[in-house]
Amino acid sequence: MSRVGVVSWGAYIPKYRIRTEEVARIWGDDPLRIVDVYLVDEKSVEGLDEDAVTIAVEAARRAIRRAGIDPRRIGAVYAGTESKPYAVKPISSILVDALGLSNNAFAVDMEFACKAGSEGLVAAIGLVDSGRAEYGMTVGTDTSQGEPGEHLEYSASSGGAALIVGKDGVAAELEAMYSFVSDTPDFWRREGSPYPMHGEGFTGEPAYFRHIVGAAKGLMEKYGYKPSDFTYAVFHQPNGRFPVRAASMLNIPMEKIKPGIVVTHIGNTYNASALMGFARVLDTAKPGDKILLVPFGSGAGSNAFVFTVTDLIAEKQKTGVPTVEEMLRDKIYVDYAQYLKMRKMIRLFE
Amino acid sequence: MRHESVPIYWRNIPHYYRLVARRCKKCGAVYFPPVVKCRCGSTELENVELPREGRLVEYTVLHQVGTDFLKQKPLIVGLVELSNGVRVAGQIVDAQPDKLAPGAKMEVVFRRVIADGKHGLVMYGYKFRPVGGI
Repeated sequence: MSRVGVVSWGAYIPKYRIRTEEVARIWGDDPLRIVDVYLVDEKSVEGLDEDAVTIAVEAARRAIRRAGIDPRRIGAVYAGTESKPYAVKPISSILVDALGLSNNAFAVDMEFACKAGSEGLVAAIGLVDSGRAEYGMTVGTDTSQGEPGEHLEYSASSGGAALIVGKDGVAAELEAMYSFVSDTPDFWRREGSPYPMHGEGFTGEPAYFRHIVGAAKGLMEKYGYKPSDFTYAVFHQPNGRFPVRAASMLNIPMEKIKPGIVVTHIGNTYNASALMGFARVLDTAKPGDKILLVPFGSGAGSNAFVFTVTDLIAEKQKTGVPTVEEMLRDKIYVDYAQYLKMRKMIRLFE
Repeated sequence: MRHESVPIYWRNIPHYYRLVARRCKKCGAVYFPPVVKCRCGSTELENVELPREGRLVEYTVLHQVGTDFLKQKPLIVGLVELSNGVRVAGQIVDAQPDKLAPGAKMEVVFRRVIADGKHGLVMYGYKFRPVGGI
């Protein structure tokens, strides 16, 4: 038994991709300019029969397979999403039955824009650390929305990432965590609205950078870390530029954030964004590596975590579970019409 | 079209979600979909979860499909032999029909199967897809 930490991870990226230039072609934007602004070459698109539930199940199954544990030992499961197929009916209860968990599991869906999945991580850590659950699981899952023709459409994409927390078989031990939250009107979706709105002037400085940098700096000050302590840093990735700038504001060099950046290849998977980057880093991390993980959710808030990779990482990397890198390469391109069909954006008689 | 009822779907959740089959305690025969009585005459059967990997035995491409699947044409349906030898029929997704072939390595995936209109239940279940992409 060691201290609480991440026992296992699993990620899922749907196979379909649409290129930024294909979206730009439809809406009359200059594709080179759009790619230059967002540093997103293409984004993942869920299949016609996929949604935040199916994506969560696939990511979670991979995490369980890697952990090699009986799923009935997982006493808490949390789903963080902002693309629930049901307004009222939880994803987490579907996870209980789809994963074969015990009925005696704490389960709830969390909502805090893109931060909810990481808030599930905090809750799971709390339950496991206090001895009230042997293992806990959180899944960040989204088929995120962006109004067609609006700039969010260039990044809003689909994917999921799951983490299992425990004290036995820890691959990345938790050292510290810190939260930074304020009421910030940067991005919202009203009840019944199909697409979110974003307050342009609020997206960057008052929202993303204030909260990411606030959480990371707060953690470093409270627990005595300096930027050079970290082998890797992973931030929420709404586009390719924001995490680079956040790293620069924190004096963290580019080579420490590059391994965790996935947005360029799959877009912004919202609740899976930072967790997917974390999964990619864990796929290749070495014992002793220290990872700073800072997800962000609009509205707005960030949780900063520091994990230290343990000797068990090598065995967890050799379980045959698909790596994030493998999924980034495994893709089928679709055109804009197929994309609209797959995203269920064509109105049909039902 | 009349969908499967909510109670029937609910009762079938273990086999739709996790491929829970029935195994005869006397002769070891495994049944999927589950049955209440074995061919050997025994009614002593236990639940067993089937493996989630296998090989494609055969497949066909449907261009005439039921109402619930009209928007998914053409539909690929195949027979997959799971790694324990049990054969299960199901929809094949994330695949191009002309690149599929018997013997292809397949995995079980969790997908939406039927959504009961705009306001009804979304019914989930198993489908298959090629491993590593085709």
